[in-house]
Amino acid sequence: MRSCYGLICGCGALWDVVSALPLQPRAVNVDLQTDATLQVDISDALSERDKVKFTVHTKSTLPNFKQNEFSVVRQHEEFIWLHDSFVENEEYAGYIIPPAPPRPDFDASREKLQKLGEGEGSMTKEEFTKMKQELEAEYLAIFKKTVAMHEVFLCRVAAHPVLRKDLNFHVFLEYNQDLSVRGKNKKEKLEDFFKNVVKSADGVLVAGVKDVDDFFEHEKTFLLEYHNRVKDASAKSDRMIRSHKNAADDINRIASSLYTLGTQDSTDLCKFFLKVSELFEKTRKIESRVAADEDLKLADLLKYYLRESQAAKDLLYRRSRALVDYENANKALDKARAKNRDVLQAETSQQLCCHKFEKISESAKQELIDFKTRRVAAFRKNLVELAELELKHAKVTMT
Amino acid sequence: MDTTLPPASQPSDVLMEPPSDLMNDPLIEPFSSLTENKPTSKIVSEPSDDFVDLTNNLADSPEDAAESVLADVAIDTTEIPLDEPSDDFVDIFGGETEAPREEVVIANVTVKAAAAADKSEVTSDVTDPPGDLKTGSDFEQEANETATDSIIDLSDDLLSSNAQKPPLASDQFVDPLVDFLSDAPPAADAKIPSRATVDLFEDEGNDLFTEPRQTKSAKQQQKSLFGEADEDLFGEPLGATTKKPVIKEPKGKPVPTKAARDVSNMGGPLQDGYTAEPADIFSEEAVTTVPSIKKTSAVNSKTNGVHSEEDTDIFAEATVELSLDSPQEERKKGVPAVPSASAPSVSAATSLAKPQSASLEELDDDEEEEEEEEEEQEDKFDISISVKDPEKIGDGMNAYMAYKVTTQTPLPMFRNKTFTVRRRFSDFLGLYEKLSEKHGPNGFIVPPPPEKSILGMTKVKVGKEDSSSADFVERRRAALERYLQRIVHHPSLLQDPDVREFLEREELPRAVGTQALSGAGFLKMINKATDAVSKMTIKMNESDVWFEEKLQEVESADQQFRKLHVLVESLVVHRKELSLNTASFAKSTAMLGSAEDNTALSRALSQLAEVEDKMEQLHQDQATNDTFNFAELIADYIRLLGSVRGSFDHRMKAWQRWQDAQAALQKKRETEAKLLWANKPDKLQLVKEEIAEWEVKVTQYERDFDRVTATVRKEVVRFDKEKARNFKREIINYLECLLQSQQQLIKYWEAFLPEAKAIA
Repeated sequence: MRSCYGLICGCGALWDVVSALPLQPRAVNVDLQTDATLQVDISDALSERDKVKFTVHTKSTLPNFKQNEFSVVRQHEEFIWLHDSFVENEEYAGYIIPPAPPRPDFDASREKLQKLGEGEGSMTKEEFTKMKQELEAEYLAIFKKTVAMHEVFLCRVAAHPVLRKDLNFHVFLEYNQDLSVRGKNKKEKLEDFFKNVVKSADGVLVAGVKDVDDFFEHEKTFLLEYHNRVKDASAKSDRMIRSHKNAADDINRIASSLYTLGTQDSTDLCKFFLKVSELFEKTRKIESRVAADEDLKLADLLKYYLRESQAAKDLLYRRSRALVDYENANKALDKARAKNRDVLQAETSQQLCCHKFEKISESAKQELIDFKTRRVAAFRKNLVELAELELKHAKVTMT
Repeated sequence: MDTTLPPASQPSDVLMEPPSDLMNDPLIEPFSSLTENKPTSKIVSEPSDDFVDLTNNLADSPEDAAESVLADVAIDTTEIPLDEPSDDFVDIFGGETEAPREEVVIANVTVKAAAAADKSEVTSDVTDPPGDLKTGSDFEQEANETATDSIIDLSDDLLSSNAQKPPLASDQFVDPLVDFLSDAPPAADAKIPSRATVDLFEDEGNDLFTEPRQTKSAKQQQKSLFGEADEDLFGEPLGATTKKPVIKEPKGKPVPTKAARDVSNMGGPLQDGYTAEPADIFSEEAVTTVPSIKKTSAVNSKTNGVHSEEDTDIFAEATVELSLDSPQEERKKGVPAVPSASAPSVSAATSLAKPQSASLEELDDDEEEEEEEEEEQEDKFDISISVKDPEKIGDGMNAYMAYKVTTQTPLPMFRNKTFTVRRRFSDFLGLYEKLSEKHGPNGFIVPPPPEKSILGMTKVKVGKEDSSSADFVERRRAALERYLQRIVHHPSLLQDPDVREFLEREELPRAVGTQALSGAGFLKMINKATDAVSKMTIKMNESDVWFEEKLQEVESADQQFRKLHVLVESLVVHRKELSLNTASFAKSTAMLGSAEDNTALSRALSQLAEVEDKMEQLHQDQATNDTFNFAELIADYIRLLGSVRGSFDHRMKAWQRWQDAQAALQKKRETEAKLLWANKPDKLQLVKEEIAEWEVKVTQYERDFDRVTATVRKEVVRFDKEKARNFKREIINYLECLLQSQQQLIKYWEAFLPEAKAIA
């Protein structure tokens, strides 16, 4: 009973502290940086056979960097390492860890390119060049997207008031040698998997615990739902865009087919066919651009927030975990007091848990609020852009 | 039914006269000069009778009057061949009664006779052609015999109105005559006229230029020719129109004794009651026939007071039209005025007339004009057919779809202006079967109906009211509508009684043999297989570059269209997918919006969901648009190209038949040579007869082939033109739809933009 009270008290105190905290000016967008002291971008990227090398360019006035401006070459694995180091760091338990960028996936595109090479004989030269150009464009788009994802991750970290001060991050940015991080081996992967299973099982358990704080309670239900929705929307938008792309591809092929027809026909229809083919070609370009833009503005946004909400959920999980720990510690303390044994130890652990929980709660609240602001801003930006692009394309089609 | 009918009918007169003449006054009364009135009149009177009998057209015409007029005319023939007939002629054109017409016929006959008499003087001209005769040399030995034989044949045939034989017989008959000319002077006198009359059309044309007198007579003849043709047609009950030309044309055929090929081309299509495309033929040949016809037509217009080239076209066409449509009405208007009103043959008329006046180069111009005229024609040619209200009748596997076929037309050939019948799908197929059986072998491109679809129909039958079966029914309905429209816009198919029956009759006998799985269907499949085999075995050394190119073009177009169709279909599938995915995205966006706790964002998201919903509709519409405007169009053309190839195949078959006949003839000739050598006169006679028979066949088959060739050519040209027009229209239509949907899209997004901006 007392523990409960204490808990509530603690929370109340915490709430006061949090609300007393001055709201720091923060980046309102994922990749928007208001802080000039540390600016990170990926200035260049090189795609090699099975890896992509990103040139990470940093501009900083922070004193812990040797120079003001420098670049290093990083690979995807190193990004993952950085992310993992954040996740594993207990210090950051109270923060939404920026989601790690997705693995660059050029396999599909490469495969298509290869298939095209094999099927070269079966199509006309025009068709072949057209297809090739298209695939190359596709490849380029994926490449750009990958780069953008990695950049967003770094920017998020750099914009984060706490994470930007992380030592690993600094090393990542500055150390101009290979970080020699290796990918996880099988054993570790298996461990990760088990960890994930345990975590999700635990998450279910923990989720059942009624939160005392309305804000977090609300956030929890919201995030759970939101995450599912975003997941759904993201999958759907992906499918939509894929079919859009397919349609664009079809139009492209129709255009080339019409072109052939135009070249073969001897009547006055040939000119007409050629013209129509041209028209279709144009339509195709616009359609595929629409698809690409939708992909960029909508699907990527949704995907990003899918990961972000996952990260937020993780944060909430960590908080709930801490809460449960704290409650357990309280119980243990009560027991210890009743038995009058190991009271000190129990007290320390209770204090520790309390502290941890409070800390997490405190930062988590801020993080979640930030998350919301960020999200709203990002959605706004992207949706506006999407609408504008759709309009633009539609208008181009009209002319 | 035909533009060339008039020329055809005239020749028929010409032909008929001389033979009858020969028979009645068999070589005894040679009329060597114009001054001999008696023979002429005799000739005139008798042939005219014959003519009447033979054609059965003038059955209702007062023969007495005709004869009396004839007598008058005949007496004066030598002096006033020009005046009287011409008067009559004029009457005819302004005319209301039928009698004048008959007079004209008679006058015509007389004129011809007179001209024939003239002709005897022009023997030199006449004797030239024999050299051109292909078969002439073969006939030399037996010219005499054959001549008489064939004359008899001819008359018999004519009487029995056998469509096939007369031309041949007369051909033979004419040929020997010409040969005979050099051999037997007395006989020559007698025969020359006949030859001359025959030539009147071709060679005389040339003479017309030089000999004023003859020109005049020719004029009249020409006029009367037309008048006569009209009259025949007029006298004829409407229903008989289709058959009549067939009877008549063979008679017309013999006309071209010289250059039999070219002219038979001209005559050939006629036989089918189709608007011939002598255009090419004439321009190719451009030697004798063209000028003569041109001249005559020109003359014609002069005397008529009807003028200019175009009028002559119209004129020619008019006669055709008359046969097709309501003679009475048109007659009132006066022949020259009529034609423009009647659409179907306009193009034919132009193609006929223009080449007359010009050579190949002008063809292009013609086409343009033709196109214009066709446009025009579309206005006037207002038969519109709609297929509506598909309705399921019956239950289970015996269920079928019935469609309401509504026809709207002012064409007088139909009883009403608007009429509606219910037809089931197999009726449509049955119509196609009938049409293709009738017209296919002649090289026509018969528009094919949509294929039977067991799967699609089963779905409908099972009664699933889902979108796919509705889609299927709608697709088929539209396809059927286009199919019927294609048929009725085909000038000669429209004339087919089956078409009319299909459109008009309340109850149609159940079409049999259209079931894909029935015994008949199986038989058809076997037939198709054998056809395919024979197609592979027939190796045709194509003599006509045009056809070679065209065939290649058609084949590659077919391939491309198929490819395109697959692509468009996949586009449709993808679009449908897109619409489906958009819908689900819209839903999940709405959910996301409801989950979102920022009010403005939530609102924006639900707005986005709405936009996506609309987009879904848009995509759906687009997919429908793709299907109906584009995919169906292409599918139609894939089927049509199949028909085009079919007509090419028919042409090939005709060629094959011709070649076979030739080979057989060759064999017979060899046998003859052997027998000759072995000196077996009894058998020789038999073989000779056989040879004659085969020669007839060869010429006929050759003619058939040429006819089919001409028809196919014309059909393909027509098809190309139709295709171009159709494609332009449809694709523009399609693109417009596309534009519209884009406009819609803009609207939606524009509405959304402020919402997105309102997110704070």
